[in-house]
Amino acid sequence: MRVTPAVELDDVSFGYRPGQRVLEGVTLRLGEGEFVAVAGPNGGGKTTLVRLILGLERPGDGRALLFGEPAHRFSQRRTLGYLAQRFELGGDAPATVREVVSAGRLAAGGLIGPMRRRDRELVAEAIERVGLSERADAPLRTLSGGQQQRAFIAKALAGEPSLLVLDEPTTGVDAETQESLAALLDRLHSELGVTIVYVSHEFGAVERFVQRLVLVRRTIVFDGSPQELPGIWHDPSHVHA
Amino acid sequence: MLESEFMRLALGAGIVIGVLAPAVGFFLVQRRQSLIGDGIGHVAFAGVAAGILLDVSPVLTALVAAVLGGVVIEVLRSRGGTAGDQALALVFYTGIALGVVLISTAGALNVDLFQYLFGSILTVTRTDLVVIAALGAVGLATVGLLYRALAAVVVDEEGARVAGVPIGGLNIAVAALAAVTVALSMRVVGILLVAALMVLPVSAAGRMAWSMRSTFVLAMAIGLGSSLVGLTISYYADLPPGGTIVLAAAVVFGTAVVVSAARGR
Ligand SMILES: Nc1ncnc2c1ncn2[C@@H]1O[C@H](COP(=O)(O)OP(=O)(O)OP(=O)(O)O)[C@@H](O)[C@H]1O
Ligand SMILES: [Mg+2]
Repeated sequence: MRVTPAVELDDVSFGYRPGQRVLEGVTLRLGEGEFVAVAGPNGGGKTTLVRLILGLERPGDGRALLFGEPAHRFSQRRTLGYLAQRFELGGDAPATVREVVSAGRLAAGGLIGPMRRRDRELVAEAIERVGLSERADAPLRTLSGGQQQRAFIAKALAGEPSLLVLDEPTTGVDAETQESLAALLDRLHSELGVTIVYVSHEFGAVERFVQRLVLVRRTIVFDGSPQELPGIWHDPSHVHA
Repeated sequence: MLESEFMRLALGAGIVIGVLAPAVGFFLVQRRQSLIGDGIGHVAFAGVAAGILLDVSPVLTALVAAVLGGVVIEVLRSRGGTAGDQALALVFYTGIALGVVLISTAGALNVDLFQYLFGSILTVTRTDLVVIAALGAVGLATVGLLYRALAAVVVDEEGARVAGVPIGGLNIAVAALAAVTVALSMRVVGILLVAALMVLPVSAAGRMAWSMRSTFVLAMAIGLGSSLVGLTISYYADLPPGGTIVLAAAVVFGTAVVVSAARGR
């Protein structure tokens, strides 16, 4: 019997407009519990790939499955955690770190009525994990850019996702925080078995922790362990498709 | 002022809508949909006119028209794009145009109409107050139960969508709540000014508060205060309450802007 992969893209092609081909012939299988880095040049299609994986876009050709179900009507959505690239807080009200992170707990904790104690604890735990406990009740806009980014990461963690997708989470984050985020993801991965897809146009700090690196440039131009990469990466015929 | 029955009824209604309008308006403002309240008001106007023409309670017909209009507006809005924008304009203007035509057919282009547009402290009946209090309580309870979900959609709509939160359903709920608020507020604030009571207290509160929840609570307090102060001025100065209530809220908003600017925020 075959184990159902967490993510399965089968010969997927996609364009935002008719005739446009942002991704072409993408086949990708991610097993449960994998920690994968997705890299590639600007405009290479990383964000599009992630949106297809999460069912936010539907493939033009081919199929996209999440845990064996069509991604766009996946039934266990509360198990997905997502931090969009260049995420911006909606609304004008001065939301606090705790309020932002609580929003990430909504789907898993139940939509209606007040928060249960267990949910409040998990929110506090997610805030603790990213090292923001002391600023938990400060309005987000009084935090630095990197601290805000950490709050958004905590929001993605608060739902206890079994698949966590982070699209360039370290934009505007200093090297030290990048390191601690990488270590945090490594812990989540090894302790809780969370499947992690980490997008970055450079792999930086996570390179040491991931077993698998996927390079995207309109299609998948490399898929293997980071150690195998250098030779191929420097060979222009593979990269500049 | 409290010895007159009509004023007690008006104050009762004012308390309910003073709290309800900003509570619902909070989510419209946060999602930059402030104009939806206005659009629903336009449609409610056609409902009032239909009620006068058919000789049934205008509050009832306005409620029906507002809820239908609110849901249609939300559906058109969620489709997005230029076509959606134009369809919205179509709903807004058709509402007003239809209202004017119906109301002149009924031969009621007069003072009565003015009361629906800008509110009146003389027109709240006992039945009105019962309806306003009951539906207002249902509206507030709904907002209370959905607060976390609505707040989460404000914070991150796409993240909520990925996690399977039923965004479309919540948006329809907000539109329906806004429609009920418009219809209930009509007697006291008037169709043309109800949207202001949904928006100004929230904008004012956002400049003074320290969290989303405190913004929400403060907005309801400002709405309540503006409503009571506005009705009192309306009583003593013989002015339409819609005008005095909204001016009271505008003064709070102006003060909040000046104070927060002075504090350098
Ligand atoms: N909403 C959209 N509508 C039309 N075209 C789009 C849209 N989003 C992305 N594209 C196009 O699709 C291509 C791939 O974009 P995508 O955002 O997936 O790249 P990326 O690898 O994430 O880039 P970056 O490193 O800048 O984040 C680009 O050519 C981009 O212009
Ligand atoms: Mg991108």
